[in-house]
Amino acid sequence: MEIKIADMAGSFAENKDLAREIRLTKIIPALEKNEEVILNFEEIEGATQSFIHALISDIIRKYGSEVLEKISFKNCNDAVKKIINIVVDYMQES
Amino acid sequence: MRIYLPNSAFLGNIDPFLRNVDFSDTNKLEITANKKWISIHPVVLSMVAALGQNIKPSEIKCERLEAKSKHYLERMGLFKLLNIESDMKIVEHEPAGRFVPLTRITNSSELTKFITEIIPLLHLEPEQADSIKYVVSELVRNVLEHAGSEQGAIVSAQYYWKSNTIRIGIVDTGVGIKKTINNAYPAKTDMEAIRLALTPGITGTTQRIGGTDYNAGAGLFFVKSIAQVNREFFMIYSGNGMYKLLKSKPDQKRIIIRGDPFLDRHSKGENYPFWGGTVVGVDISLTKTKEFSVFLDLVREAYIKTIKERKKEKFRKPRFI
Repeated sequence: MEIKIADMAGSFAENKDLAREIRLTKIIPALEKNEEVILNFEEIEGATQSFIHALISDIIRKYGSEVLEKISFKNCNDAVKKIINIVVDYMQES
Repeated sequence: MRIYLPNSAFLGNIDPFLRNVDFSDTNKLEITANKKWISIHPVVLSMVAALGQNIKPSEIKCERLEAKSKHYLERMGLFKLLNIESDMKIVEHEPAGRFVPLTRITNSSELTKFITEIIPLLHLEPEQADSIKYVVSELVRNVLEHAGSEQGAIVSAQYYWKSNTIRIGIVDTGVGIKKTINNAYPAKTDMEAIRLALTPGITGTTQRIGGTDYNAGAGLFFVKSIAQVNREFFMIYSGNGMYKLLKSKPDQKRIIIRGDPFLDRHSKGENYPFWGGTVVGVDISLTKTKEFSVFLDLVREAYIKTIKERKKEKFRKPRFI
């Protein structure tokens, strides 16, 4: 399943409520069906750490870091890549 | 309550202004000002506007202002937000200006709209906009989630040509940092709570490292770090406590971001007049702005180091007998 984040969050991904909604209604159901998930950040110019945290932290906590084998992050610019790395790192450290 | 607008109150010299605010008699607000000149940081305007939100307009008295720069208050929308009359007429020399007038944000969709609108208002280039959008989003979301204030967040911002900086003020009259942090940590003083709130990975929603599914406890740390990397001021005031990140010395070549805000070059005080809620002021330089992705490298290093240290604190120790 491919999820285009900008379709819901606009070009600056900062709305945590939307991030949580995407996680609960799209990412988790796909993972439960054992589907691979592609999070497409095309047209996203920036994102906050809070948004990325609300999007993926609970998935890493629930399914363990192995879940990262089933999730891909597509079309991320440098800043978005770094924010995703920060969240993934601290969730694995915690 | 009485508030005096001095001839100068910016983050570097805001301390006397804060100490002079009189919060007694919360049913009334009296605004007086310097007779010659009023030059104030947007955070000061946001504070005045926030105080006025809980008071009937008939109980707000603003003396007839004489300062030459008095029109700034009108232009920033202070009297409009306080819902009181002003005798000033604005001549629009610069139609769009480079400022964001006082705005009250009470929900998530208003915030999303506001973030879209501020960038053209401040005439920012895309690479300059990242930090500003980031700061506004994290700070206002903090208010909406944790402050418990019906009035929401009062926000204003201004571009300063001389220093080439954007100065932002975000204020609420909610429960304050100590009450929020106390949901998870037993902070005894406002300053202790402020210190925890600025530490990455600490949130008032849980003691668990990594936070909840919705809160990581990193918003304020990121905002303070943005100011730090830009060698600018950051100020947070809640209850009786005020913490101010000072500008790094010009001869300091390398900026080091640390998890503990008390290790940064700062000033602080615990005996300020009690502000029921939270006040945050940030300056962001457009000249010294480091590329946002470079900033993130520094933050990542500090964040992970802090998490590791906190985790280590929880390790069981061997019992030697």
